Amino acid sequence: MATIIVEVMLKPEILDPQGQAVASALPRLGFNFAKSVRQGKRFEIEVDGEPTHAQLAEVEQAAEKLLSNPVIETYVVKVQA
Amino acid sequence: MRIGVVTFPGSLDDSSALRAIRLAGGDPVSLFHASDDLKEVQAVVLPGGFSYGDYLRCGAISRFAPIMESIIVAAEHGFPVLGICNGFQILTESHLLPGALIRNQDLHFVCTDQPLTVENTSTPWTNGYTQGQRIVVPIKNGEGSFQASAETLQQLEDEGRVVLRYADKNPNGSQNNIAGISNARGNVVGVMPHPEQAIEDLTGPSEDGLTFFTSILHSLVGR
Repeated sequence: MATIIVEVMLKPEILDPQGQAVASALPRLGFNFAKSVRQGKRFEIEVDGEPTHAQLAEVEQAAEKLLSNPVIETYVVKVQA
Repeated sequence: MRIGVVTFPGSLDDSSALRAIRLAGGDPVSLFHASDDLKEVQAVVLPGGFSYGDYLRCGAISRFAPIMESIIVAAEHGFPVLGICNGFQILTESHLLPGALIRNQDLHFVCTDQPLTVENTSTPWTNGYTQGQRIVVPIKNGEGSFQASAETLQQLEDEGRVVLRYADKNPNGSQNNIAGISNARGNVVGVMPHPEQAIEDLTGPSEDGLTFFTSILHSLVGR
């Protein structure tokens, strides 16, 4: 069994109010390391056996069609080692 | 005049939309997300609410409902569609309308009676208004901030496709104060404010929203 990871992030030019809220909460807890924070989504998709090229191509399609909205988001597909 | 209203799992304002159609003088028809049958309606309203719990992204899962496949094909051939709030989000996810609606700038769920100006009175849903008319209609959403690329915004402005704009104050960070837009043909309109909640003095802040529903009836009669 393997896990395919899809990470979805808002495009850099799209305002991320959730990330901003996290960034402003960190210093209140004494964490002063963050210059900025962007928040995204991570999907963990389990498949039987090692993922094939065809399977990964399908995941790419699903990421484009459903898991992300290409108008505002970008995605990355990876296989978890 | 048969006007459909689609109920998705999690729709909230479907009964209000049906009622608005009835008060405007139309024949409201309930449509169900899991069927692709448009029941011979002449126009359709996608109502507000939180379809599929707003999971993934608002409207992202509803966009693939069987009824939407029928609506997308019909809309591309000029069938009138009005998306209200969550309905607007479903229309952008369907790519029937450009841009996207994201989390409000200050993260607040905004529920208020919102002054608006009507910017485009040539759509079948807004032909009863006068250009620049100021109306007051409730907004109630957490993800109503309209965002689009610079080119898309320019195109919307150049082609007069901004239908409604927030007046006085921008409640959510929407670009260009945009509260509603149309597709190039004008038959598909999406608005974040809730015209179906402003149809009579007893239950709303005004009767300003009723004109959306009388407009569509008027435009269907004229066909």
